[in-house]
Amino acid sequence: MKPITRRRLIYGGTAVAAGVGGLGVAERMAKRYGLIPPDGAGVYGPGETLTYACQRLLTVNKPIREFPRSMISKNPFANAVAPPNDEFKKLHAGGFKDWRLVVDGTVAHPMTFSLADLKSLPLSSQITEVACEEGWSYIAEWIGTPLSGVLREAGVLPQSRYVVYLSIEKGLWESIDVSDARDPHTLLTMGMNDGDLPVGFGGPLRLRLPRQLGYKSLKYVDHITVTDNIKKFGTGQGSVDPDYGYAWYGGI
Amino acid sequence: MPVAAEVARTSIARHTVLVRVTHWLTVVAFAALLLTGLEIVVSHPRFYWGETGNVNMHPLFTIPIPSSRETVPTGYRYVMPDQNGWSRYLHFQAAWVLVLTALVYGIWGLWSGHFRRNLVPEPRDRRWRAYWDRTALYLRRRKPGADETTSYNVLQRTAYLAVIFVLFPLVIWTGLAMSPTFTAAFPWTAALLGGRQSARTLHFFITWLLVLFLVVHVAMVAVSGFTRRMRAMITGYTRDSEEGR
Repeated sequence: MKPITRRRLIYGGTAVAAGVGGLGVAERMAKRYGLIPPDGAGVYGPGETLTYACQRLLTVNKPIREFPRSMISKNPFANAVAPPNDEFKKLHAGGFKDWRLVVDGTVAHPMTFSLADLKSLPLSSQITEVACEEGWSYIAEWIGTPLSGVLREAGVLPQSRYVVYLSIEKGLWESIDVSDARDPHTLLTMGMNDGDLPVGFGGPLRLRLPRQLGYKSLKYVDHITVTDNIKKFGTGQGSVDPDYGYAWYGGI
Repeated sequence: MPVAAEVARTSIARHTVLVRVTHWLTVVAFAALLLTGLEIVVSHPRFYWGETGNVNMHPLFTIPIPSSRETVPTGYRYVMPDQNGWSRYLHFQAAWVLVLTALVYGIWGLWSGHFRRNLVPEPRDRRWRAYWDRTALYLRRRKPGADETTSYNVLQRTAYLAVIFVLFPLVIWTGLAMSPTFTAAFPWTAALLGGRQSARTLHFFITWLLVLFLVVHVAMVAVSGFTRRMRAMITGYTRDSEEGR
């Protein structure tokens, strides 16, 4: 073995000090700019935090990957869903006339929207790919109103950090950070391709996130809660996914 | 101490600490990536070419195993347990270990001249004859000569360069081309490969090329003297007196 010379000691010591100092600075920066995901505390926290932080920095100008109309999938796959509960069946039978979207939490004006209310808001569309964490995918045109418009009407209070969205199916919920929620491409989707959003694909309302995996685009959304403290929801890990062992962040 | 004196006389420095640490970090990361990657495939053992692919579309090929999802028609009545949660968490954590290790190794290798000096084949070996001669020695299961005590032979150099500069960059690229956020920022990374599903299929095949390298690599180490080579990659030292036996 080589003897430890003074020079090696100085070089090594400097490298270790720089490494520890760098990590400390990185952690403070990450906390300040909200680059640590809600499930970033466990064994897989370092990997999740690196992915989330790096991808947030890569997409500060909110790009999305869009496709030409000719690439819309002729055979999209709806994926299996649990049988609908009685509440949903009743609303479905009534043509979703009594269906409401509730927006509350840290907002100036808690609000309720019918489907007609939502359709009267400015509509936009995107031809984007749904990619499932399992590996399969399809492309469709999604038509709806940006979540940001609804949040603007409700008046998001400045302390807000996350937007929680819940399915009419009990126990299914997700959240995104305020930055993703304000992205004009984050769409409250009511239409798909040439018609209304089919129930199999999440109708009457699905929150579409084109930069994240399919499971973040929650089906049957009927409740949106803005919050300054994500720890208050479920097990405090930002969505129901970590309870099943899945990551909160679906960018990869 | 007499023992220390003897070690000092017969030991020859072989691998630097940086090569050894990055080698074993890569081994650990690759093992985790391979295990979790194969596990993730179980949730959809069908592969496609192009941008999109799902159970309503014709696959390029399927792997004849049961799936961990009921929605995948596999011909088996059995549905495997879903292990994708921790598999995906671990896959990406290990991918970070691999990428950061590769960055440290790559920058150091360029800066220190490691690639130029130790991995680029020597001028006299840049001909087919040199490759064939060394292959013949391996096939006869000859122990390496003394010239390989502190230097890689031409087959090793070429294989290592291919893995470092072709296979690992490709497996990282095809992996990132499946990330919806990464491809939103850099759409060409998926488009150049022929689409998201093509990237997934290529990711799968490049993995098997890396596994092929691993198998041949370990076999060659065994032919050349497993204990001696392992000791060199762990302690950094080898012994010249044993070489060529």
